[in-house]
Amino acid sequence: MTRESRKFWLTLVIGLVWFLLLLWPLLGIKDDGTLTFAPAFAVWIRVAVTVIILACIYFAKQQGWLDPVLHPAAKAAGEVQKALLAPPLWIYVILGAAFAFAFPWLFSRYAQDIAVSVLIYITLGLGLNVVVGLCGLLDLGYIAFYGVGAYTYALLSLHYGLSFWLSLPVAATFAAIAGCIIGYPTLRMRGDYLAIVTLGFGEIIRIVLNNWMSLTNGPNGLLGIDAPAVLVPNFTHGFTLELFFMKKLQYLYYIALALAVVAIIAVRRLNFSRIGRAWEAIREDETAAELMGVNTFRFKLLAYAMGAVFGGLAGAFFSARMRFVSPESFTFIESALVLSMVVLGGMGSIPGIMLGAFALIALPEFFREFELYRMLAFGGAMTLMMLFRPAGLIPAKRMGKRSDDED
Amino acid sequence: MDYFLQQFINGLTLGGVYALVALGYTMVYGIIQLINFAHGEIFAAGGYMGVILLSFLAAHGLMETSPWLCLGLSMVLSMGYCAMLAMAVEKIAYKPLRHSSRLSVLLSALGMSIFLQNGLMLTQGVYDKAYPIGFTSGGFDIGTLHINYMQVIILGLTTALLLALNTLVYKTRIGKAMRATAQDKVMSALVGINSNRVIAVTFAIGAALAAAAGIMVGLYYGSVRYDMGFVPGIKAFAAAVLGGIGNITGAMIGGLIIGMVEIMAAAYIPHGGEYKDVFAFVILILVLYFMPTGIMGENVDDTRV
Repeated sequence: MTRESRKFWLTLVIGLVWFLLLLWPLLGIKDDGTLTFAPAFAVWIRVAVTVIILACIYFAKQQGWLDPVLHPAAKAAGEVQKALLAPPLWIYVILGAAFAFAFPWLFSRYAQDIAVSVLIYITLGLGLNVVVGLCGLLDLGYIAFYGVGAYTYALLSLHYGLSFWLSLPVAATFAAIAGCIIGYPTLRMRGDYLAIVTLGFGEIIRIVLNNWMSLTNGPNGLLGIDAPAVLVPNFTHGFTLELFFMKKLQYLYYIALALAVVAIIAVRRLNFSRIGRAWEAIREDETAAELMGVNTFRFKLLAYAMGAVFGGLAGAFFSARMRFVSPESFTFIESALVLSMVVLGGMGSIPGIMLGAFALIALPEFFREFELYRMLAFGGAMTLMMLFRPAGLIPAKRMGKRSDDED
Repeated sequence: MDYFLQQFINGLTLGGVYALVALGYTMVYGIIQLINFAHGEIFAAGGYMGVILLSFLAAHGLMETSPWLCLGLSMVLSMGYCAMLAMAVEKIAYKPLRHSSRLSVLLSALGMSIFLQNGLMLTQGVYDKAYPIGFTSGGFDIGTLHINYMQVIILGLTTALLLALNTLVYKTRIGKAMRATAQDKVMSALVGINSNRVIAVTFAIGAALAAAAGIMVGLYYGSVRYDMGFVPGIKAFAAAVLGGIGNITGAMIGGLIIGMVEIMAAAYIPHGGEYKDVFAFVILILVLYFMPTGIMGENVDDTRV
């Protein structure tokens, strides 16, 4: 054994013992004055075995013992990738679109429900991606815009009976205004301060929603929001147009799909426009961008507003789907969820975000028995992702390093 | 006037707690320029360890015979536990990322915070856990003013811990090493200071202070909850920023101001109680907007933004 390898295993053993010491008091000291070892040990042994197996694989890879297996595997994977990339991109896009369109006919109600959630989160993720991924402004209060959109439609529908379609642009506008209100005072801040201030703003909006009883009905929320409606011709008594409420999940699915598709196209177009390039310049080096004539003030504000628009649209759809809103849905943990989607998938990369939304919303549904461990896994995954793959699963092609990150 | 004095004492108590938590943020920020998001969760873990240990001692009947000893013992053990927890967090989530982008470290911290919060929830349950005893019942009166024992404990202990910390930072070798590392990491490493050790010790001290605050808050309100760390964590951060992040005296003053504003707003502004959590955030935003370096000035190397 070399010195390094001995150190590697020693660290591992110390880490595991340390973990047992941290775990045992939480599970082993009981209120009735007894000390137990079994529950803590049962958890610990599972974690220890998993960690040791992973460490063995890692160690073997470090030592080069796996090369005979990994080399052909990597080669095969490379060839598969090449084969997949051979047909032009539009074939995949058409296949994906066809699948998405046919989805409600192919799958059950339950799967459609999950699909609607995934689509909403894709829209949200893309909106946050504009702020975080493209412009590099870490926003921890993004869910507030979702809340603004949701409450805008809820109130318009309840008090004025305004239709969903008319409310959509209103919700988007209100969210954009909220984005500017939050964006304006924070523009001078960078990095950590910005993150904590946006978090503060998100909390302020949630607390206001929770306490402004006369407007929002406080923690009880608002009930009886209309579903989206369309006018359909009716021929029973000659020709009349009738309001038809799209309450069925299938119709809602298509609305969510339309929103997500609009978001995908819009974010893609933005990314490759002059505005998107300016955002990327700000992300990479704000000072340099400003010196080169990018109006950083205006573009950062625009990034906030554009990101908020998608949040607002998704929010309006959310309240139309649930037909109920309450402040419970707009907590910090939701912001963290959307953020981890963007980070996990790959900041600034649209396929990455779609994958991230799928991984964080749909995958836990397949492991329902582990429901409780869901947020634990989120947290762990976020940290591990930063340690091992900071750019995400599908990294954006153009990504640099901010100059003020240099240590 | 009496009402005001009573609120003043309450504000001082709450502010003392925020100050203790804020010190952990400010010291860590001073040394590695990182918002330790998991700090609020460490505060919660401290509160939980207090419940666990005090319940255990109470079940053995030690609580009736010597409550102060029990409190002291569980406080020391809980501080030790949280110090270990914080060192583990630092080792896993921050140390490997010391040279990567600040966004990565921040996200890693956020992940750790969610992880710890859910770890607490899974091991301790989603419901409030009550402290077996309270020190809030007894107390003494000065004129019409009532001060309960818990407020005395909080004020006394906070002062004692702050004095101890001051001695540690300004009178001992490790404190000197901490100040040197905060000023210039490379240079202090060149003169033989083990910066990794200094950082680990800083995390441990901050966590111990947060644990003490956690127990005191738990005792004051009578119960703990797995997500109790989030809002006080943010408020303490606001306190650290208000005082000038990286500045130990500043963190204490900032904590007192935030606690005082919160209590006074709840007492004197109509509907202030419902919106009391908003005030800390509003102060944070205003301070960062008008005085980005806080009241006492930022004590970190000014090449950073």
